[in-house]
Amino acid sequence: MTALTLPARRDEDASLPPVSWRQMAWVTWRQHRMMLAGVAVVLGALAVTLVIAGLRLHHAFAAAIACRPVTSLACNNLVSTFNGTNGFLANGYVLQAVPALIGAFAGAPVLARELETGTFRYAWTQGFGRWRWTLAKLVPLAVTVAVAAGALSLLSAWYYQPYFAADNLNLSLASTPSLDSGTFGIRGIAFAAWTLAAFAIGALAGMLIRRVVPAIAATLAVYVGLGAATVLYLRPHYLTPVLTRNVFLPPASASYVSQWWTKGGRRQSPFAMTRIYDQLVPGVSSKAQKVHEFYQVVPRYLTQHGYTEWTRYQPGSRFWPFQWIEGGWLIVLSALLIAATVWLVRRRAA
Amino acid sequence: MNILETSRLGKRYGSTWALRECTLAIPAGHVTALVGPNGAGKTTLLNLAVGLAAPSAGVVTVLGGRPAGSPAALDGIAFVAQDTPLYKTLSVADMVHLTRNLNRRFDRRYAHSRLGELDIPLRRKAGKLSGGQQAQLALTLALARRPRLLVLDEPVAMLDPIARHDFMATVLMAAADDGVSVLLSSHVLAELERVADYLILMSRGRVQMAGEVDDLLASHRLLTGPAAEAGQYERPVVHVRRGAVQAHLLVRAAADEPVPPGWEAHPVGLEELALAYLREPSAAALPGPARDRDIESSEVTK
Repeated sequence: MTALTLPARRDEDASLPPVSWRQMAWVTWRQHRMMLAGVAVVLGALAVTLVIAGLRLHHAFAAAIACRPVTSLACNNLVSTFNGTNGFLANGYVLQAVPALIGAFAGAPVLARELETGTFRYAWTQGFGRWRWTLAKLVPLAVTVAVAAGALSLLSAWYYQPYFAADNLNLSLASTPSLDSGTFGIRGIAFAAWTLAAFAIGALAGMLIRRVVPAIAATLAVYVGLGAATVLYLRPHYLTPVLTRNVFLPPASASYVSQWWTKGGRRQSPFAMTRIYDQLVPGVSSKAQKVHEFYQVVPRYLTQHGYTEWTRYQPGSRFWPFQWIEGGWLIVLSALLIAATVWLVRRRAA
Repeated sequence: MNILETSRLGKRYGSTWALRECTLAIPAGHVTALVGPNGAGKTTLLNLAVGLAAPSAGVVTVLGGRPAGSPAALDGIAFVAQDTPLYKTLSVADMVHLTRNLNRRFDRRYAHSRLGELDIPLRRKAGKLSGGQQAQLALTLALARRPRLLVLDEPVAMLDPIARHDFMATVLMAAADDGVSVLLSSHVLAELERVADYLILMSRGRVQMAGEVDDLLASHRLLTGPAAEAGQYERPVVHVRRGAVQAHLLVRAAADEPVPPGWEAHPVGLEELALAYLREPSAAALPGPARDRDIESSEVTK
């Protein structure tokens, strides 16, 4: 029995070093390595998909823009080929789901599983202390998944390049303004920042809801809501939009914020303008050969009759300022959410 | 030093008080049993002691004045929660390593030799162990931290009799050999006398009785006499059990107090005493300020 006796070493207490963060890092790694492996597998699979699909896309693009003469049937076919390549990726929605999935399946369970299975009673009563434990889990995991997502976004930036390049060409190539809502969030720093925010949302949801599956559902819902609110209400106003009038051909890569007509200084209601359009269409249609000509002829006609068209838009050149603004507030939000989670763990109890 | 001290401690969940007006001072060096029916507030009190819950009222300190849940408190307390939560997917060896990395003090040699003695394979997943082995693993991890206070919430409720015996043997060995103070909750009264030397009886969120077992036994007696006279006893009666002819009164009285004529006095057992109080939730026997262990008083009951 003597071998199992615990020697009394009370006097050593004061001289013992505190538990190091490195020791805690091992705990985080040991408990979440499967989750990190899962994230790596998903991101890796997407990366491979992007490379393979991207080579095809870039190849089709190169062929289409090199083709001469532009109006030939062969060239038209090449343009159609490019436009039809990888349709499932074209709008960017597939990749937009990635931060949501990481937040829901990697972020939400971190605390929810402990609370659901009761292991928090073990973890939070160890000498390391529970708020430090929470911090030492959330911060490294959040940063890791964000960096991994950031790496993938480099690839997606390369993948979507042809669409932005096509924007400046006067061909019938599928094109995308650089501030397009489908692809803005999956390039630059926004993708990593959204992943970080989604993870932080998941962690907080897990702490508040204390059940894994409802926390996952809540994370997805909040992410979708925040994403939609950002696209609709926040992003168009990061910087004051440029105001211009009577632009029949909009500047390349512009993203519209709003458009309206005035006549004699009075703003025309969209309803009134629709009526005028409807009256004009029969007459104009006969002259306009193609659809895009129609959209030039009608405004020109209206302008000649005293109408002024006002356009507020964000020029595509603002891509990077917008990226920093969006990335910035998302990172601040993530830090606040993680701080709130740690505070809840510290304050709240079983 | 008091291992646990509370002053008018209360915890409210919504509009329900799980614990009220709890004032206690448990001296170090005891195996303290926290006894009461389900819902009495035992787990709440333990959660407050280990910092998993924050008080709604009053104060709770541990290990001689350290605020419950503070780093200094957590450092010296090991807690084994109800149903011994472990990470089911981690191996035993990983659980040992995990606990080691989360604490300043950890006796790995003790943990490994103890697990070897219990025939708990290090490579097995914690979730694959039997209930008894999981409990022993959780206890081993707790003791390897070399705590001053070991807190156990219903540690044996889910165990079979053999596992229960082995578990308590480990606890008592730690208490006897290493001077670990133990605070355990239980609604099992049977083994209490063998295990505990300090008793806290709770019901309906209040502390009903608290004190050293020897003191409590010495200050209570069981009187047996004619049922017709049962109502005439003047000292505080905790509980009355009436038969057709005879009545049994559990009374608060020292051994040297006179017994009414026609009555017989017997010393009372711990289980009997606890049951009597639990049947009379309004009865209370609370000591004044905590006293140091009084060896003299234990002689009286023997």
